[in-house]
Amino acid sequence: MKKASLFTVSRLHGLAPLALALALGGAVVPAAQADTTLTNASFDVARELFAALNKPFIAEWDKQHQDHLVIKQTHAGSSTQARSIIQGLNADVVTFNQTSDIDVIAHAGLIDSNWQQRLPEHSSPFYSTMAFLVRKGNPKHLTSWQDLAEQGVELVFPNPKTSGNGRYTYLGAWASQSALNHNDEANTEAFMRRFLANAVVLDSGGRGATTSFIERGQGDALITFESEARSLAKQYGDKYEVVVPKVDVIAEMPVAWVDASVRKNNSEALAKDYLNYLYTPQAQTIIADHFYRVRNEQVAKQIAGRFPDTHLLNISDVFGSWDSILSTHFASGGKLDQLQRQ
Amino acid sequence: MQRVGDSLPVKWTLIVLALVLTALVLVVPLIEIVRQALAGGVGELLDNLTNTYTLSAIWLTLLIAVITVPLNVLFGTVLAWLVTRFRFLGRRLLQTLIDIPFAVSPVIAGLVYLLLYGRNGWLGQWLAGYDIQLMFAWPGMVLVTLFVTSPFVARELIPLMQAQGRQEEEAAVSLGARGAQLFYRITLPNIRSGLIYGAILTNARAMGEFGAVSVVSGMINGVTISLPLQVEQLYQDYNTVGSFVSALLLAMLAVLTLVIKGLLEWLAERRQQRHSKVAEDV
Repeated sequence: MKKASLFTVSRLHGLAPLALALALGGAVVPAAQADTTLTNASFDVARELFAALNKPFIAEWDKQHQDHLVIKQTHAGSSTQARSIIQGLNADVVTFNQTSDIDVIAHAGLIDSNWQQRLPEHSSPFYSTMAFLVRKGNPKHLTSWQDLAEQGVELVFPNPKTSGNGRYTYLGAWASQSALNHNDEANTEAFMRRFLANAVVLDSGGRGATTSFIERGQGDALITFESEARSLAKQYGDKYEVVVPKVDVIAEMPVAWVDASVRKNNSEALAKDYLNYLYTPQAQTIIADHFYRVRNEQVAKQIAGRFPDTHLLNISDVFGSWDSILSTHFASGGKLDQLQRQ
Repeated sequence: MQRVGDSLPVKWTLIVLALVLTALVLVVPLIEIVRQALAGGVGELLDNLTNTYTLSAIWLTLLIAVITVPLNVLFGTVLAWLVTRFRFLGRRLLQTLIDIPFAVSPVIAGLVYLLLYGRNGWLGQWLAGYDIQLMFAWPGMVLVTLFVTSPFVARELIPLMQAQGRQEEEAAVSLGARGAQLFYRITLPNIRSGLIYGAILTNARAMGEFGAVSVVSGMINGVTISLPLQVEQLYQDYNTVGSFVSALLLAMLAVLTLVIKGLLEWLAERRQQRHSKVAEDV
């Protein structure tokens, strides 16, 4: 008798957690499917922006429908997101900070190749530019890209090979010098050599560069998107200020619905509604509150003064297509590699 | 006569050294986690603790551990039993294969699973035909965690079972014990401590795994973000307090695991004592 009870008790002990797990795991799945869902794959620092944007959209949708709308957000570097979607991440819409990363998904056949023509403003409801975060009082008087290439100036920006900010930093410096010397390429390359030599660290991503500049106190200027520089200045109070150069490049934030996913999820209408919502005055106001520049003229007029007047150069006007930018400048052995060699 | 441990200066130097190292390596970082989590005050800590994303991250982390630990305890025990109690062709090879998850970087492990079970992988395409998606969902995260933590139990048990040999088991069999009886009355009590330790290691790694799960997670907020992923994501997002609150939660789960381990060992010891007392009485 005793033997038998020992046997059964120890066996149950072993199986109980497994049974519990299966029961709980099973309970979660149907609950999530009762709502209408939309999955938005977005870039890494846009978490709060989309949390704010989704709230009114969900409220409006719930008012007009029987069931509840759940918007699932996923955030990571937009190149990582593109790769995940190609491998099967079931995102209905993408809201990225790199046009080239949507092209990557389009090349894989999951997004229509004419995606930039499907929505207004090249499918880019908002945009930003590059800015310098400098220490209070701007002790080295850094106001233009040219100032950054002066001797003795120390720069912090992420590696152009691995991050969007880094790429735009490189392109911004190049484009502004190129505008100044009327496309004298030898002069621009000499300038870029000095500019790149001033970098004290090249972290792999934007967050690492920020840590180097703010927590480790390295460098005279952190170069990043204007939106990020402003939210950093807001977070760290009066220790820093933001400088936006007079001539700069436009960094478009592109959006698209993922054709393969919306077909499978039967969510095409919802995905389009959501992306079109980003162009409405209500959404554009929220976007501007998060320090991005917006397209809607009414909203732009209301917030005039919040963003300094800047002559913004178009990447495609200066450099051509993203495909050619990547192969000419950032590929192994490309311009960036050559210019970094001393 | 001089004996090892007699020299007072050596003894105290070693004690001080051990204390300083423990403080620097273990205590200071733990205090820093608590300090950072409390940097915004108790209110902000509670906000970060009770928001739906944190709750779902806790839930997912526990789910992964609760599935992984029993399966790998079972798998590890069977494997250790097989390798130490049977002779067969390829036994050595099997012992080497057990170590592969230790040798391979977890990121690579995640990537391999992604390439196999993802949209373009042949297993993924086959499963998609049945409308089953493992990657970028919790089953995929469980799968890679199972892989990464699979050697812990077997690696604890194999040396233990080798050292113990099979005399006791052979004696039991000759006295008429059947398979299950043999296992629960002879083998299990002998390997209990190794089993508990293996399970603790498996659990700690399952809850703390970052590299492999980050590849297959897809980072869907409130759905496929476990605590380690949440630490990273909130940090990237400039929410330092939130990030450290999640780190604190992970640390507390680890402490809880250790408490459970202590409790199990204490219970096992007490049972052992009771048994030997019964044996003496007989």
